[in-house]
Amino acid sequence: MTDLLDAPHTDADPAPPRAARRGRALLGLVPFTAYLLVFLGGPLYFVISGALSDPDGQPTIANVVAALTEPQYRAAFAGSIGISAVTAAIGAVFGTFLAQAVVTSRPGSPLRRIVSTASGVLAYFGGVPLAFAWIAALGQTGLATLWLRSAGIDLYAAGFRIDSLTGLTLAYVYFQVPLMVILVTPALEGLQPQWREAAENLGASAWDYWRHVALPVLAPALAGATLVLFGNAFAAYATALALTSGFIPLVPTAIASALSGNVLAGRQNVGLALGLTMVVVIAVVMVAYLLLQRRAARWIAR
Amino acid sequence: MRRRRWRVVVLALAAVYFLLPLFAAAEFSLRTPGGGYGLANWLAIASDPVLLAALGTSLQIAVITAVLVLVLVVPTAVWVRLRLPSVAGLLETATILPIVVPPVVMAAGIAFVQANLNTPLFNALFSSPISALTPFYVVLAVPFAYRAVDNGLAAVPLRTLVEAARNLGAGLPTALLRVVLPAIRSAVLGSAFLTLALVLGEVVIARILLYTNTFPVAVVVVGQSQAGVSVALTLASLVLTWLLLLLVSFAGGRRRVS
Repeated sequence: MTDLLDAPHTDADPAPPRAARRGRALLGLVPFTAYLLVFLGGPLYFVISGALSDPDGQPTIANVVAALTEPQYRAAFAGSIGISAVTAAIGAVFGTFLAQAVVTSRPGSPLRRIVSTASGVLAYFGGVPLAFAWIAALGQTGLATLWLRSAGIDLYAAGFRIDSLTGLTLAYVYFQVPLMVILVTPALEGLQPQWREAAENLGASAWDYWRHVALPVLAPALAGATLVLFGNAFAAYATALALTSGFIPLVPTAIASALSGNVLAGRQNVGLALGLTMVVVIAVVMVAYLLLQRRAARWIAR
Repeated sequence: MRRRRWRVVVLALAAVYFLLPLFAAAEFSLRTPGGGYGLANWLAIASDPVLLAALGTSLQIAVITAVLVLVLVVPTAVWVRLRLPSVAGLLETATILPIVVPPVVMAAGIAFVQANLNTPLFNALFSSPISALTPFYVVLAVPFAYRAVDNGLAAVPLRTLVEAARNLGAGLPTALLRVVLPAIRSAVLGSAFLTLALVLGEVVIARILLYTNTFPVAVVVVGQSQAGVSVALTLASLVLTWLLLLLVSFAGGRRRVS
């Protein structure tokens, strides 16, 4: 089978040794890897070297210790992890339902095109524009606030604020759900109709089908997408800044204020150390994801 | 039918949740200081050459970024599935890396280079927002694009398709362009959409590197003095991007029929 792929016209040639063929195959990865190494590894190198040195360039771990122990930074990590986990979970569940609702519609239908294109825009609609839209909707004089008030529900009297954690969660879910739809739609489209038919012929209900066939097959894609959502929220910065003016402790906000240098001189290296610890936190999550996925990938033929 | 009912509920909830802020933003952008409604904020956009120039710059960045992302991602993802399935896990880790390094952290590293390394190469790189931002926007877009493309490849019988094409005499590049690419059309378009929206919305790196002549940063700057104009711009850019994508989507659909 692989012979057909590798050498359709070379019946006369002896196959090259296995190691050499593998080496040639690895060459195909060079452009991709080199690109990431230069344009991702470069900035990362300077963050790490800055995090591990003092303002004069001497090596030290004081920055990392400060980033891990100072109370305001611990609060920032707790805040970031909390909102990322909550919005990833909400986004994953609702995004999967929405994606399935769209996938089961007629192929090429307007609904499908509208949702898939809108997801692309909204997933990255994030940041400052998103904050503006939510303030226009649920701010003190926002349209939704006024409507609800005239309907007898006074959100602000009930203690709601758009620049609270609840408001921020609402805004984050706004870019999490579309991203989930984008990430999970190809996997949902990959579910073969024959599997459902086979399950139904064997007497399975819709629930049985999902519980015993579809969900186990989808599990890696769903778990992977959920973790991407977590990373997405963890790294998000502009929305929180514009919506809450740095009022809610989050790691990117803490990094930005340390970097801008308007707190104290020498805090820039602490900012880089915060960035480094932030990277480590997501790296741990992603390793957990990879282990999980390797286990679950048994169900999917590559 | 029961399946119909949950679909209606889900779609209705989504419609309310996603359309409400957009509708509110539209209403807000039409408010005038006197308390009535008017087009003042919208007219201010058309008469602002700085904003229009910034939009032009950002669209150029978006197109170049999308092309670079696809050139990097599609051949690599196909190559890994066909020839190197053993490194699929490793490469997936590599594509997760850009998420692990958030934009604010990346910006900090780039800003260091911008400020401290004055070689001709770096000076040329940082001389215009297009050459300075595009390489890093490619990095930001790669994880999502790779996942979308790889998910798309997982859903088609890639090996069979390529074998069939090669049995019919096609070289690997031809098989890639004429067989694989159309088969994963929706994933490829999805990646391009993501890239476009990302470039039109990315504010953190552009701002920290002080490229104020890109569209997202220009919107924020305008917002500090005229919130209404900024909200109008937000809506305009959103609707513009979305219409563009719808157009691409329908064009892609037609090509499939012919």
